[in-house]
Amino acid sequence: MQLENSRTIAVAMSGGVDSSTVAAMLRAEGNNVIGLTMQLWNQRRLAGREGMPEQVQGRCCSLDDVYDARRVAETIGIPYYVVNHEERFEREVVRPFVEEYLSGRTPIPCSLCNNHLKFDQLLLVARQIGADTLATGHYARVEFDAARERWLLKRPVDTAKDQTYFLFGLTQEQLSRTIFPLGGMTKPEVRELARAQGLAIAEKPDSQEICFVPGGDYKRFLDAYLAEQGESLPDTSGELVTTDGRVIGEHDGIHNFTVGQRKGLGVATGSPLYVIQIKGDAGQVVVGGSDELYSKTLRARRVNLISVADVETPMRVSVKIRHRHEPAPAMLEKAGDDEVLVTFDEAQRAVTPGQAAVIYAGDVVVGGGWIG
Amino acid sequence: MRRIYLDNSATTPVLPEVLEAMRPYFGEQFGNASSIHHHGQEARGAVERARESVAALLGCRASEVVFTSGGTEADNLAIFGIVGEGDHVITSKVEHHAVLNACKQLESDGCDVTFLPVDQQGVVDPEEVRRALRPNTKLITVMMANNETGVLQPVEEIGRIAAEADVYFHTDAVQAAGKVPVGVMQIGCDLMSISGHKIHAPQGIGALYVRKGTELRPMMYGGRHERSRRAGTENVPGIVGLGKAAELAKRQLEQGTDGKMAAMRDRLERALLNLESTGVNGGGAPRVASTSSVHFDSIEGEALVIALDLKGLAVSTGAACSSGAIEPSHVLLAMGMGADRARGSVRFSFGKQNTDEDVDYAIGLVPETVARLRELSPVWQDGRQSPVVRREQKSLRVGTRK
Repeated sequence: MQLENSRTIAVAMSGGVDSSTVAAMLRAEGNNVIGLTMQLWNQRRLAGREGMPEQVQGRCCSLDDVYDARRVAETIGIPYYVVNHEERFEREVVRPFVEEYLSGRTPIPCSLCNNHLKFDQLLLVARQIGADTLATGHYARVEFDAARERWLLKRPVDTAKDQTYFLFGLTQEQLSRTIFPLGGMTKPEVRELARAQGLAIAEKPDSQEICFVPGGDYKRFLDAYLAEQGESLPDTSGELVTTDGRVIGEHDGIHNFTVGQRKGLGVATGSPLYVIQIKGDAGQVVVGGSDELYSKTLRARRVNLISVADVETPMRVSVKIRHRHEPAPAMLEKAGDDEVLVTFDEAQRAVTPGQAAVIYAGDVVVGGGWIG
Repeated sequence: MRRIYLDNSATTPVLPEVLEAMRPYFGEQFGNASSIHHHGQEARGAVERARESVAALLGCRASEVVFTSGGTEADNLAIFGIVGEGDHVITSKVEHHAVLNACKQLESDGCDVTFLPVDQQGVVDPEEVRRALRPNTKLITVMMANNETGVLQPVEEIGRIAAEADVYFHTDAVQAAGKVPVGVMQIGCDLMSISGHKIHAPQGIGALYVRKGTELRPMMYGGRHERSRRAGTENVPGIVGLGKAAELAKRQLEQGTDGKMAAMRDRLERALLNLESTGVNGGGAPRVASTSSVHFDSIEGEALVIALDLKGLAVSTGAACSSGAIEPSHVLLAMGMGADRARGSVRFSFGKQNTDEDVDYAIGLVPETVARLRELSPVWQDGRQSPVVRREQKSLRVGTRK
């Protein structure tokens, strides 16, 4: 069925419940829907290497997921294509992921993927093949604010599934061509709809882990990836020091640590120690008591602003510093060309370099940047 | 929506005459060709008549034709059936994966394999074949027509070199059969693979020509079918279909009707070459009339294929077997092409069912689609801002025009 004023919409399909339901919904509304799956990573590449599972059990880009997406496309009667972006994914997401860990930071590959792949390359392909809009299964909302003449990114109705944290890098241009049809729905509603549409994937479990890191064990991934590349894991071992500069031991490599981590420090002391800071240049891991983990301020760099064109005067906002973090009240002010300073009302635990600081005004995303 | 199919190098529709010839063997004449009784005899008769038709197309004896499940099995049977431990094999870098990966497997099994380079048009130099010969060379396997570009290899010269050196010569003629004469005596090969579904027979049937006296080890063990060269109950309907398709192909070649296909191909290429920064891959070499591989600089072939499919035109980026692969075409890279240009290449391939209207549709659709893709291509937009790049692109275009 094709309606007179129907739109042509490309749907980014992963083979999961959310994006499958989006495709089915848009199709049921009478749009011309085109299903696209990005092939980003070959899960077989590292399978069976030292420390990596023999069996391919990755969640993303596996043949099973492509199979599921293809079946959904068949069921709802839409054309479906797989587009290969493995090379770019490795360059823009996997490589930086590895390098961030090796320099003592804790990366978020999902945001990089959204910025450099999904809403860049895939949107480009969508436009090239004649779609004016890209739809994804993200839980977020996009709206045009006529008064401000800006496209807004907003938190979804199902706040437990909120994915705006990973979408802060979207430009006005990208937002203007993107729809998130699940923004007004809850996850149980989405599953219900998937069942009602007769989609075979309606009961498929949610994916949680980083798609290219099987089992979520990033250390093993670093080993296996570098070995595959013919590179050896650089020696980033060094001193374990306290916040007042005392050397209390050695560690076997900064990539094994993340700020806020407690277990695995391998030091026996009276009170529990936490990783407070990782000094990549000096190869030092700084540890201290839990009270020393709290920071009142943070600087975010390479900032992308969404709801405002600029931060001219300080703003009351709330700021989220990791995916599982409730946005905390703060003041936002400009600190440079694409840099902002966030001052929290109350100090926040484990502000972690490499993660994103995403800024909200109510349910509207003001923008976000990378914690330096 | 109107659907035009220009991907006949991937597979072809079964011709009505072929389907008609096969039909009885699904139903009333269902026998096993090895059975003693009447039903078996009916099936046997059909299989042997088909074998004669295939032999007629290949210019060989019927007893030299071994039916297989397709081109890939024929290639594998030829290679693994001949080559053993300690042997050396000569092949080319532009072979179909059925040969290429079989040879790579031989390599990891401990055999020596020479992968010969090709020139910019995709052609193997027979002198390179001669130079690659070693005392332990057992087999030369070089395809007849390339599946991506349609470029023909100098198989007759290679055949002579093989004969002089007393080395087995296999040629994968999957993309050549039905398009150019494939007489095995003329070519001087000992083994030749063909596939049914590339010549309007169904998928799942192929054949290997095995010159009389060639010692071929079977790959599958079972009954004594196909003179103990390929065990397994014969696919009678498939074999009958291949026989009929071979018969039709031979008749058409004799009547010289493939001139019509060449005319369609040339008209499409002329229209596409009017576009900037566009060229025919291997356009300067002898080619089969059915295939045209065209590069459109600054676009992704993958996106063009999708965009055209959404408008009803079916083409491909290269071998269907490589779809979704990350690497750009090994054939185009071997021709010295950069990875970007290789990725911007699309294959148009014709079949017997195509008409002039199909070509009109493609000529109407492809240029505007390429223009839209380029408009949105950052690489193209950058290139347009620089007169130097434009000049370079223009000279390239002249250079690749045949």
